[in-house]
Amino acid sequence: MSKKIIATTSLAGCFGCHMSILDIDERILQLIELVEFNKSPVDDIKKFTKQVDIGIIEGGCCNSENVEVLKYFRENCNILVSLGECAIMGGLPAMRNGIPVEECLQEAYLDGPTVSLNKEKILPNDPELPMILEKVFPCHEVVKVDYFLPGCPPRADLIWDALVALVTGNEMDLPYEVVKFD
Amino acid sequence: MNNTVKFKIDGNIVTAEKGQTIVEAAHAAGIYIPTLCNFKGVKPKGCCRMCSVKINSRYMTACTTPVSDGMEVENNIDELVDMRKSIIELMFVSGNHFCPSCEKSGNCELQALGYRYQMLVPRFPFSFPQKGIDASSPKIMKDQNRCIMCKRCMKTIKDENGKNYFAFKNRSNKVEVVLDAEMGKTMPDDLAKLAMENCPVGSIIYKEIGYNEPIGTRKYDKTPIGSEIEV
Ligand code: SF4
Ligand code: SF4
Ligand code: FES
Repeated sequence: MSKKIIATTSLAGCFGCHMSILDIDERILQLIELVEFNKSPVDDIKKFTKQVDIGIIEGGCCNSENVEVLKYFRENCNILVSLGECAIMGGLPAMRNGIPVEECLQEAYLDGPTVSLNKEKILPNDPELPMILEKVFPCHEVVKVDYFLPGCPPRADLIWDALVALVTGNEMDLPYEVVKFD
Repeated sequence: MNNTVKFKIDGNIVTAEKGQTIVEAAHAAGIYIPTLCNFKGVKPKGCCRMCSVKINSRYMTACTTPVSDGMEVENNIDELVDMRKSIIELMFVSGNHFCPSCEKSGNCELQALGYRYQMLVPRFPFSFPQKGIDASSPKIMKDQNRCIMCKRCMKTIKDENGKNYFAFKNRSNKVEVVLDAEMGKTMPDDLAKLAMENCPVGSIIYKEIGYNEPIGTRKYDKTPIGSEIEV
């Protein structure tokens, strides 16, 4: 059997979900028997070099770059998985969704109690910087997503069970203890 | 006169006492019907629809419907399971439920129902409504982001004269369950704790203690809600 190809990315997330992937511990040795990694922070491949079987998305979409990367993943992956609360429902970054972007930037760069070096009162405006979206979007509200693995972070056992099922083509049978929203 | 009633839930014969509701009779017989707004010792109001069952192909709330002889109740059928799941999903998307940053997480009945019905993602779009938090009471915080308006606090948290600490404010889609500002200032400690306990979700948070139970030891970490009832 040829190895399945996996890609991963972190959008508006904290890399906690990626840490949780590593948390499968020594099973990672079994994993590399089963799969090959393509574009991912794990191997630092920046661009897809071939069509990928499973794309794993951490984090929701909070800026224009997140949207671009997510669409890039959708185009290049047969199956897309939202991994973790931020990808599934925006997560902690989406706590800003009730607050206008202007007010967020104002607080972060001008008025916040720890902002003292920004003497000229500049809001980041370099054209290289991605634009902040009006609110944080769950991934499946931007592109079609095929599977959802909740948790903050998702339990390593959940990731393992789900990955093995996806790679081997078996039904996902997720035990009660591993499907959690926190 | 005979005081017992015989009826069926999903084809199983259940013996109950006259005057019991379907939920009471089912739970006494070890059959779980999910509930959320229903609260022991309080007259049921039937406002959350979690307990919806089918009787003669009509939807009824099992927490408000009394049992009657020969009644045939459908409970654990695909259609109802999906309907209940959709009700849970609606509650999630109509508020702001950031479980990772919620003190009630692990002990929350809404979340536990999400687990029991394996809600991996709601089928509805998130609405991210703008809601506030009232932290003016020295004892509790009232977080509107998480309130499901079940009225449990309104019905159970009262002062010695029977006056309510919690009440509805506004109408229609602006409606909120709020804490009386004056009464909130002098709320006794035990009542504040009870308010948090009686609230099924994390909308009433007892101040200054939080996250004191490690993950893995909380109420719904290992066992699904309802398993204490099921035989
Ligand atoms: S109230 Fe329950 S469902 Fe809502 S955020 Fe808190 S734990 Fe999650
Ligand atoms: S605060 Fe809690 S108990 Fe009161 S109505 Fe809201 S959800 Fe129900
Ligand atoms: S529990 Fe019956 S309607 Fe809420």
